[in-house]
Amino acid sequence: MQIHQFDAVIVGAGGAGLMAALHASSQVNVAVISKLYPTRSHTGTAQGGIGAALGNIEEDHWEWHAFDTVKGSDYLADQDAVEVLCREAIDVVFELEHMGLPFDRIENGTISQRRFGGHTSNFGEKPVHRACHAADRTGHMILQTLYQQCVKNNVRFFDEFHVIDLVMQASKPAGVIAVELASGELHVFHARAVMIATGGWGRVWQISSNGYTATGEGASMVLRQGLPLEDLEFYQFHPTGLYKMGILITEGVRGEGGILLNGRGERFMERYAPHIKDLAGRDVISRAIYLEIREGRGIDGRDYVYLDVTPETVNKCLATAGEPRRIDRHYVESKLPDILDFCRTYLGIDPVEAPIPVQPTAHYAMGGIPTNANAEVVIDTGNSVLPGLYAAGECACASVHGANRLGTNSLVDLVVFGRRGGQAMAEYCMGANIDALSEDPAGAVQARLDRLRHANGKFRVAELRGRMQQVMSEHVGVFREAQGMQQAIDTIRELKDHYQNDLLLEDRGYVFNSDLMEAWELGSLLDLSEATAVSALARRESRGAHAREDCPDRDDEKWLKHTLIRRADAGELKLDYKPVVITDYQPKERVY
Amino acid sequence: MDINLRIRRFNPEVDQKPYWAEYDLKEVQPVDRVLDLLEYVKGYLDGTLGLRRSCGHGICGSDTMRINGRNLLACKVLVKDLVRGDRGTIQVEPILGLPVIKDLIVDMEPFFEHYRAVMPYFINDEPAPERERLQSPAQRARFDESTKCILCAACTTSCPSFWANGTYIGPAAIIQAHRFIFDSRDTAGDRRLAILASEQGIWRCRTIFNCTLACPREIPVTQLIAEVKKEIK
Repeated sequence: MQIHQFDAVIVGAGGAGLMAALHASSQVNVAVISKLYPTRSHTGTAQGGIGAALGNIEEDHWEWHAFDTVKGSDYLADQDAVEVLCREAIDVVFELEHMGLPFDRIENGTISQRRFGGHTSNFGEKPVHRACHAADRTGHMILQTLYQQCVKNNVRFFDEFHVIDLVMQASKPAGVIAVELASGELHVFHARAVMIATGGWGRVWQISSNGYTATGEGASMVLRQGLPLEDLEFYQFHPTGLYKMGILITEGVRGEGGILLNGRGERFMERYAPHIKDLAGRDVISRAIYLEIREGRGIDGRDYVYLDVTPETVNKCLATAGEPRRIDRHYVESKLPDILDFCRTYLGIDPVEAPIPVQPTAHYAMGGIPTNANAEVVIDTGNSVLPGLYAAGECACASVHGANRLGTNSLVDLVVFGRRGGQAMAEYCMGANIDALSEDPAGAVQARLDRLRHANGKFRVAELRGRMQQVMSEHVGVFREAQGMQQAIDTIRELKDHYQNDLLLEDRGYVFNSDLMEAWELGSLLDLSEATAVSALARRESRGAHAREDCPDRDDEKWLKHTLIRRADAGELKLDYKPVVITDYQPKERVY
Repeated sequence: MDINLRIRRFNPEVDQKPYWAEYDLKEVQPVDRVLDLLEYVKGYLDGTLGLRRSCGHGICGSDTMRINGRNLLACKVLVKDLVRGDRGTIQVEPILGLPVIKDLIVDMEPFFEHYRAVMPYFINDEPAPERERLQSPAQRARFDESTKCILCAACTTSCPSFWANGTYIGPAAIIQAHRFIFDSRDTAGDRRLAILASEQGIWRCRTIFNCTLACPREIPVTQLIAEVKKEIK
């Protein structure tokens, strides 16, 4: 075992972790630890844009962005945090541009912006051009640019070091424990402060836009410490995943004029969101697709619909809407090159000539590790700060997304709260002592890992993972009801029992033992599945992405509050609730 | 479809030398990715198989492998792209020119060392304006192709000049340099050109075009290298 000492360690090297690293490392000694090479992080798969009210194409204000975000959240977002998000979005986009990010441009040389779901001008009047983009690879460009700047600034990286636990001493973070994948050796990173920036856990579900590595260890580490996670029941299903594969097809396709069609060729979003139609909130559209399919109006009666961005269809809609703009093949190819590539590669379809088959896909955790607007982790209903622990990015819950996130706001979240967290953490480190490490900080983790490494039971990791994904998709997906959720909880507990007592691993070695690391990841996914289903079953209303067939209405009187779930000493999950921060926008009915 | 999947395997903790392991897979779908087959082998037949993968759809650049003799992303090549008819063989081995650590996993550090050598980051020491620096759509388009690079190493590890001499900086690093050299906002192009003009730099490129054929992002790598060569005075 090796021991390292830093002022601060950042776990995860996606957008949030890298942004925090840039801002913290100019002041204190920082290590960034990632189970991947940083450029493999999931931020790189974000496509359509980063929202900021620059007003380059038409009038826009951060207050409008804030209203849209609050409305999109079904009024569950904390409005003080949303104000920070939308106000600082503008400045942080300019900061990224100053770092060299190659945004697309309009004729006057400023950053190009496109429309996106739920983003409107003048408090809901009409769709607005707010998403700053670099073709349809905006996340890729953010990730590359931040990594490039980290290289420039000599940020210290530990690539392919898989962090598996926090070191807590006297209830305070004292570092993390990681496995060096190439050797299998344990490393203890002793630090004054820890930031968790490990991303989401889309692999809980079967059809997912998330990569294989989005397994939520950061959040589950926190849960294992008996600390709370917030609003796990709000998990976003993106309406347009590539049929059967779940690969994300950006909302930017609809922002550029694409529309959704059912099996009868109807533009069905006209019925569900008469004003902004195909640019309504993601939860609204995912439910609409699900309902169309359930009513037998999928394509050929099957479980998908079409996303049509052929110039012929788009131009017809633009003409009907009285818009002068027209598009052609070249326009689609230059604005959406990766989308065309995915469709051609995986389905043999050219979206310029034929519609794209799509279905909802598990996409984004609105909930996560509760934090305040400085990315400091808060641990109770009174938002008490746990000094020295930070979280930013998808794994965190500030809460700016509430019950449903607007497209482009995840990228804003990463960089705004990554930056604020990095700065706050550096400041904290300059005033904090570093306590001596306890005698054997990694002993318990080593024992747990070795037990897993030699697991010689019946059930393979892939088998348990597959059953978890199947039951969570069936019962804790776009629509939910009590009986199904209870069944999911029962099944997950049975799977956890197999995992504890009857797991089979085949690799007993040390060098790149991914059999072992995937087992560790499965443990995390099972913990988060259980906590998600328990949180969801308890919330007896429908709000944002949490849609219950047995409680179809939003209930502000009883449920305008955040869920906190934690594991009590005896092991069972305990629920608690904390109020939503409301400043400017009183909850009202959410129609698009 | 029936697929005979041959995987070049080596576990340094067990094996003296690499060997071919064969897996007979039934009911393979023509639209399965090669990565799906590898995941199936790892999940259900042999948990000791070592490979890297993350996003699974050709964006993160983790799973570059030599598949039927060509550098491809395992997540971006379908069985039907490799096998006609209802049976066939697919052969998967680690990319060439980098040391194998385990099975399909190679040591990427030499690759990233070359990457870091070209100053792969934006440089402009003038005070930044309050808002964005301006750039016309045409100026932005000038370096669009090289911004697509995902650092997967498919180009560099398909390059015979790199195979012959691993100190050659390689096509991927040149593409990264191109991305900044042709960015109207960047001011350090000359410093990068000086690095590329060195002995292990761009003149080791013999215009073989393997890199262009290998790039999963369809970057015209050879052409962009030529553009950089022309800038060297």
